[in-house]
Amino acid sequence: MATAEIRNELFGHADKQNYLTHSRGFLSWALTLDHKRIGIMYLVGVSAAMLLAGVFALVVRTHLWVNDGSLTGLSNAAYNQMFTLHGAIMVFAFIIPSIPAALGNFVLPMMLGAKDVAFPRLNLLSFYLWVFGTGFLLIALLNGGLDTGWTFYTPYSIETSSGVVYATFGAFILGFSSIFTGVNFLVTVNTMRARGMGWFKMPLFLWSLYATAIIQILATPVLGITLLLLIAERTLGVGIFDPVYGGDPVLFQHFFWFYSHPAVYIMILPGMGVISELIAVHAQKRIFGYSFIAFSSVAIALLGFLVWGHHMFTSGQSTVMNVIFSAITFTVAIPSAVKVFNWLSTLYKGSIALNTPMCFALSFIFLFGIGGLTGLFLATLNTDIHLHDTYFVVAHFHFVMVGGTLTALFGGLFHWWPKMFGRMYNDFLGRISCLLVFAGFNLTFFPQFVMGSRGMPRRYATYDPEFIPFHQWSTIGAFVLGLGVVLAYAVLVYAIFYGRKVTGNPYGAASLEWQSSSPPSFHNFEHKPVVDDPYGYEDWVYDEQLDSYVHREFADPGTVPERVPVAH
Amino acid sequence: MSLSSEMLLLAQRTTMYPSSEQHAADAPYWFAETASSFAPTVDRVFYVIFWVSTVFFLIIVAAMVYLCIKYRRRPGVTSQPSPSHNTPLELFWSIVPSILLVWFFYEGAKGYFEMRIPRDDAEEIHVIAKKWNWQFIYPNGDTTSELHLVIDKPVKLIMESEDILHSLFISAFRQKMDVVPGRYTYLYIEPTKRGVFRLSCTEYCGDNHSDMVTWAHVHLSEAERHAETKWDPWDEKNRPWQSGERLVRIHCSGCHNIDGKRNIGPALNDIWGKEESVYNAAGQRRTITVDENYVRESILQPDVWIVEGFESPSKMQSFEGRLSNDDIRFLIAYLKYLKDPAKYDVELKDWMKEHGEGVDSEGVVAPANGPEPAGGATDDTNNSANQDQNSGETTSDSAGGDPVIE
Repeated sequence: MATAEIRNELFGHADKQNYLTHSRGFLSWALTLDHKRIGIMYLVGVSAAMLLAGVFALVVRTHLWVNDGSLTGLSNAAYNQMFTLHGAIMVFAFIIPSIPAALGNFVLPMMLGAKDVAFPRLNLLSFYLWVFGTGFLLIALLNGGLDTGWTFYTPYSIETSSGVVYATFGAFILGFSSIFTGVNFLVTVNTMRARGMGWFKMPLFLWSLYATAIIQILATPVLGITLLLLIAERTLGVGIFDPVYGGDPVLFQHFFWFYSHPAVYIMILPGMGVISELIAVHAQKRIFGYSFIAFSSVAIALLGFLVWGHHMFTSGQSTVMNVIFSAITFTVAIPSAVKVFNWLSTLYKGSIALNTPMCFALSFIFLFGIGGLTGLFLATLNTDIHLHDTYFVVAHFHFVMVGGTLTALFGGLFHWWPKMFGRMYNDFLGRISCLLVFAGFNLTFFPQFVMGSRGMPRRYATYDPEFIPFHQWSTIGAFVLGLGVVLAYAVLVYAIFYGRKVTGNPYGAASLEWQSSSPPSFHNFEHKPVVDDPYGYEDWVYDEQLDSYVHREFADPGTVPERVPVAH
Repeated sequence: MSLSSEMLLLAQRTTMYPSSEQHAADAPYWFAETASSFAPTVDRVFYVIFWVSTVFFLIIVAAMVYLCIKYRRRPGVTSQPSPSHNTPLELFWSIVPSILLVWFFYEGAKGYFEMRIPRDDAEEIHVIAKKWNWQFIYPNGDTTSELHLVIDKPVKLIMESEDILHSLFISAFRQKMDVVPGRYTYLYIEPTKRGVFRLSCTEYCGDNHSDMVTWAHVHLSEAERHAETKWDPWDEKNRPWQSGERLVRIHCSGCHNIDGKRNIGPALNDIWGKEESVYNAAGQRRTITVDENYVRESILQPDVWIVEGFESPSKMQSFEGRLSNDDIRFLIAYLKYLKDPAKYDVELKDWMKEHGEGVDSEGVVAPANGPEPAGGATDDTNNSANQDQNSGETTSDSAGGDPVIE
């Protein structure tokens, strides 16, 4: 074939069939083994879970507008259910699967140049386990509710009469969903990289998903066992966590955090991977310090297993243990800081497009910076004793989980949206949504640092009048944040139907998923993709006729500018 | 107590004590008042981390903004070549923060030891947490629902829970510790400022978690504390250790002597605070200190850790279900008494000689001027609130003054 034909074939408008039009009907989606469709279904699912849990968050914030809870009239018990469901659904049904299962499913095989993941059926099963697990969480809502906090701490979770068994069983099932995704990604990355793609030719998003998969496989079983033991304790009274039968309630905390601390990295590592891609592509600049970023993902994954005790500095565990856990916790700060410095250096001498994905990526650096730095106050022993279980902690982990993961998810969605649906979003409104999320988020959570440090405990339905102004700022911020999230989704959904059609590679990205048509065909690639440098943007040139970036090899020789070599 | 009356009480408290109505003027911006010996250390470490973090953050954001403006995309301008890695630079920004982190760790751990190692002469107050209130039991057996301390007098709170997890947090003292059912935890405080400070539960404990809030009063003198709490008249026969002595006669004296001689079990008179080598059925050995938790475990599960020299399985039967938490507390008080009887065996008249002229022979202060507030709160709350209203202004100015004498 002539070069021009290949060029059109590879990067031109996709009037041919794609994965969305490949087959039609409900069953063609419900029983699909296509990783792209599973990714889309996951995306719909986790977004619904996020919006539901977001509504709970707004109820919580509205309730806290006045200090005696008289505005909403919710009883203390009802308030406790609200914050519990907000936390449990956000953590188990949204954040953990969000980037790996929704974005990762779509992008990972294509970045590898593969046709699908290694175990497509397991992938579909993982999605249905997510559906059932989330269903159980919702059943708990209808069966007396759940009021333990998302942490299910014993012995309260043993004695409270609400739907703890349903909820823990739901989280147990969701754990398997997570394990299956992890196994799938691990095997896929190990065995299905395109010929010529060595480990250090992988985009960094894949490194972060790989590190995440390791945690998912190693840590999640511990959660499964712990939650089963909790169910056994409730139904059979086996006496492992319940002091009435000689059990140890603090043991539950050890088991729980042995999973849930690494789970924090399941939540943030994929977000860091997304940011590495976004910054590089939209600054059209080779990522700075590739191997430092890659290894820092692995380092975070491994160190994440050794620090669970820092959630328990006031639990009564020994002084010596606290000192050891504090010391190890500080070591996790280094790889995170390294990533931030590397992202900034990537911007140097770049050609930075301040489009929606880039705006979200820059927000991420800002918010994750605050989230990470405030972690230092909590790793330091004597300040943590004061700040533990106050709003300071609440603000800290929201800066990481929402300011980090949610921002990265939105950045990633805007970035890959043209690839997923073949249409471009409205960039102006996208940036407005980013601004609203950024401003609303800061307004919500920054006052919480101050009130936490001044002594406002978390999980309080009513509070001292001293804290009213902080709570009111926070509530206003929450609604702005909610508006931003809704606008972001609206912009994305609108684009599916009415967005400008785009061709294969609108951003000039260099990783393999952009060597397909948009949306990709059922088999991902019509032609074997050219495995090249994932950050070699100088190898891609804009073709006006196609309105797409094309690889230099296929470009029209008359229009190609000279290649500028990159210093190394 | 109903929710509304709790709220009323809260409102009352906050209007009576300016310190808890709004942020105190003399408090650092990020903190409540500074009212314990280690609070300044915590604040200092906090501010060190705060300023270092702020500098780093500003550098990051400034660099980000500068780069985004300087290298923003312009038509016809592509990205310029520059090195894609620089090992010395990357090592530099890995190592410099590491040094700062070691510093934070060291300062934090040092401050933490201060907060965890009680002075030997600390007063021991027993705390019982339950849904959703606090109970504070003083060495003489008196009980209050709010915590009453004396300025500069170190105190060790020995805490137990009757039901589920709680956590005792006093923001002005920067101190916090979980209260765990089935064991004792302790919290150490050296109060340094007169006043009333919020004491809250910070471990989620069900429906009315947010109502499990009470107050810590710091008094200028022992006599002021005694007066404001309206403690019961000194009961010479019902101090905790005396109850413990009765329990020992009933349950323990068959096997444990108090004359220093070993019987079937070890003698009890000098066992408190002793270092013992113990072993368990699996043959593991370790050294423990005979403290609250070990005594509790030995009473409820005598077979778990056995003192070297005594045989396994232990001849002692478990008292699980036969001795209550209170009984165990009395027994512990007795063991402490046996170790140092002089410290506990204080006659009322000696105590009065030492502490208070304002206290009459029954240990009750002469009634202060002013009307009694209406009901709806506990005795000790009303009384202390009333006292403060009447005399707080003048006494807080004259350090060391005794409001009772007025």
